[in-house]
This record gives sequence, structure tokens and C-alpha cells, in this order.
Amino acid sequence: MHDQPSVSELVVAVKSFIDETASPQLSGHAAFHARVASNALATVLRDLEQRPAAEAEERKGLIALLNGTEDQSTSDLNRLLSERIQTGDLTVKTPGLLSHLKTTVMAQVEIDQPRYSGLKTAKS
Amino acid sequence: MGNNSDFETGLRTLFTRVFGDSQSLDAFKRLSGGASQETWALSNSSHSSILRRAPGGTSMARSSAAIGLPAEAKLIEAAGIAGVPVPKVLHVLAPDDGLGDGFLMSRVIGETIARPILRNDEFAAARTILAAQCGNALADIHSIPLEGLPSELQLSDGLTQIAQYEEIYRGFDVPRPVFELTLQWLKSNAPEPLDAVLVHGDFRLGNLMIDENGLVAVLDWELAHLGDPREDIAWLCVNSWRFGQSQNRVGGFGQIDDLLNAYNEKRGTDFSSNDIDWWEMLGTLKWGIMCMIMYEAFRSGADPSVERAAIGRRVSETEIDLINLLETAHA
Repeated sequence: MHDQPSVSELVVAVKSFIDETASPQLSGHAAFHARVASNALATVLRDLEQRPAAEAEERKGLIALLNGTEDQSTSDLNRLLSERIQTGDLTVKTPGLLSHLKTTVMAQVEIDQPRYSGLKTAKS
Repeated sequence: MGNNSDFETGLRTLFTRVFGDSQSLDAFKRLSGGASQETWALSNSSHSSILRRAPGGTSMARSSAAIGLPAEAKLIEAAGIAGVPVPKVLHVLAPDDGLGDGFLMSRVIGETIARPILRNDEFAAARTILAAQCGNALADIHSIPLEGLPSELQLSDGLTQIAQYEEIYRGFDVPRPVFELTLQWLKSNAPEPLDAVLVHGDFRLGNLMIDENGLVAVLDWELAHLGDPREDIAWLCVNSWRFGQSQNRVGGFGQIDDLLNAYNEKRGTDFSSNDIDWWEMLGTLKWGIMCMIMYEAFRSGADPSVERAAIGRRVSETEIDLINLLETAHA
């Protein structure tokens, strides 16, 4: 299978169509939604680029925290983590828990809303 | 509710009914803002007014949390009597108005959009006094006698809200460990509840009318309920409502001590900034789950707009805020 254009290239092309051609011709509600659409495509591009490494890091953290094994899926591990927190087995004082969650959420916000003020606070 | 010309006739009749036989409606237009209610500007050369009514002229509340427009009108009147800056309610729609549920109020001039209020020079002086003005307004709201308030108001304290939002979150069956940790932390560290007061429920930029002298009117009372006064103060401090100006804990424009000094002096309380922390964490969690609810409207097919889809990627904003708050609480 070929990838010319690649998924990223296609998204870049659609995003610049919205930004350069469509948006200037829109007003009111439609212009607002075009801006939201363009921002969503920017998220898609960051997700394509950053998710694989971020998920690998998250998985490593989950396995370490839960004594998990490689055959458990990441979503199963997250479900297990949530259950252990809910039962009080793991708390905010559990070594490594807060730092694992912080690393994971920071990577998520880098993809979703990299200019969000709370991300700057987390880095400071 | 009828066709467009019925609607226009209804507006004309309403305008004359409220302002007198010699007054006829010259202009009406739908305003943006208010996603859950329709807002219309009605005017002629002597009178300028706002009609707030249920979407399409129905008589249904948006959600079980909303109190409904007739009750909202009663609350605004009670708030005005208590000295809270609010628009003047001119008329509550009756069935024979043929326009559904709603009320007509005086038009207040000012800005509600956060970005210009926080950034534009014309609001520079207002920003320096706004935290104290908010403290005064909240103290007045929280001092309104509960007797005689609309029976639609529900009692909802902190632990009730945790239970409600936890149920919604569990209903989605999408585990988010940060929300899980926050729920447990909030339950383990809950403060003693205070005597219930009237809580506005959505006191933040977007629902406050501001001009160059500061606060002009407190709007959008539909989420009002009876509950803990610290909820209103903390909601204004939730980082999402600082609109990028995180360094200013109060709404992105002010400092918490300025708000609390004004508030405590007026109400005779002694709240300190620490008293707000637990409620700020609860408010942040609530906003995160509200974003999940809005995304669910997309996922379920109820609202296919890109905006509802994209809001699902804002849940992580509240997760990073919660991490920051949990870290501070355990530093």
C-alpha cells in the first residue's frame, strides 16, 4: 500500500483549505465551527506524532505501578488502576502514583491543548 | 410554537403590553450567547429590553438541574431587592402571551465575553476592583433570606454533588484514574458543611456583565440552588474560568484575598483562601465531567457538531488542573 500522500499530509492539506480558503468566506456560527474544526485537525496531527511514544511510556508506568504483565492491555491496566484507587488500595500518598498520573496527563494535554495554562503550571 | 409571523405578533403584543399602548416595537433580534435559552433584544427609541425564553417557545427546563425560567425571574427579583446588581424583571410570560416560558427584563449594557474583559485596556480599571465587587455581590446573594424563595430550588451540598457526578461518570464506563483519585480524595477530606444559603451556581465570566467600572449585572440564574456558600466562591476560581490567566485565582482577573476581604466584611464570615481549596477541586472535577457529558452528546449521535466532538479533548485540561491541585494539597 502506498502512502503518498500520507495521513498527515492529507490532514495538513484539509486544515490549510479550512484556514486559507473556507474560513475567510464564513461568518457567525459557521466561522466559529470552522475554527473548532481547524483546531481539531491540529490535535489529530499531534496525536499521530506523539501518541505512540506517550502510550508506551504510560504502559511502562502502569506495569511498574501494578506489577502488571505484558499480556495485559493498556486499557485493562487503566481499569485495574482505577479500581485500586476506588477501593483505597492506592492513594495520593502511594509512591509513584501521582508522578505516573502527572506524566500521562501531561502527555495527553500536549496532544489535546498544548497551550493550556494548567500545562505550564504542571511544568513549573 | 406557531410560525414566524405568530412569533412576531406575539413580540409586538408583548412589547405594547409591557411598555404601554403608545409604545410599539421597532426592532427585534436574536442575540448569540446563552446556549440553553433563547435571548432576544426588543427595542424602540424609548425602551430597550431583553426577552429570555425557552428554546422554540417550549416550557421545558434544559435539565433536571435547571430551575426553569419563571423561578429564575423570581430569583432575579429577590436578588435585586437584596442589592445584587441584576437586570430589572419587567414581565414574566403568561400563557396568553403565546410565547412559551420566559421573562422580559431591562437591557443592561456591558461585556460578558471573558477574553476582552481580561485583556482589553478599557477594562483595566475594572479588573483592579472586580474581585472585591464579586465578593460583595456573592455576600449579598448568600445573605438573601431563604423564606419565600421559589420552591424549585433544590438542596445540593458538596457530598450530594460528588455522589451525583460520580454516578454520571460511572455511567460512561470510561475509567479515568485522575478522576478516580480526585473522587476518593474529596470524600476523605470533605469539610463540615455550612448552613445552606442561596447559591448562584454558575458565577463566573460569561455570566457576569462588566463595563469599564466593573460589575454591572449578575446573569444566568438557572443553576441556582441551596447549598454551601464556598461553592460559588470556588467556582469562580476554577482554572478553566481563569481563561488562560492562571496567576489570577479569581476568574483570571483578581486575587482571592481581595474577594474574601470584601465578602467577609459584608457577611461577617472568616473564610480564608484554604477554605476554598476543597471546593475548587470539586468544581474542577465537575467541569471535567460536564465536558464528558457534552462529548457524550456527540458520541451518542444527539449532536453531531465538531464542537461537541472536540470538547471531549478538553477533559484532559481538568485532569492536569486536578493533578496540580492534588500536588499542592500534598506538598
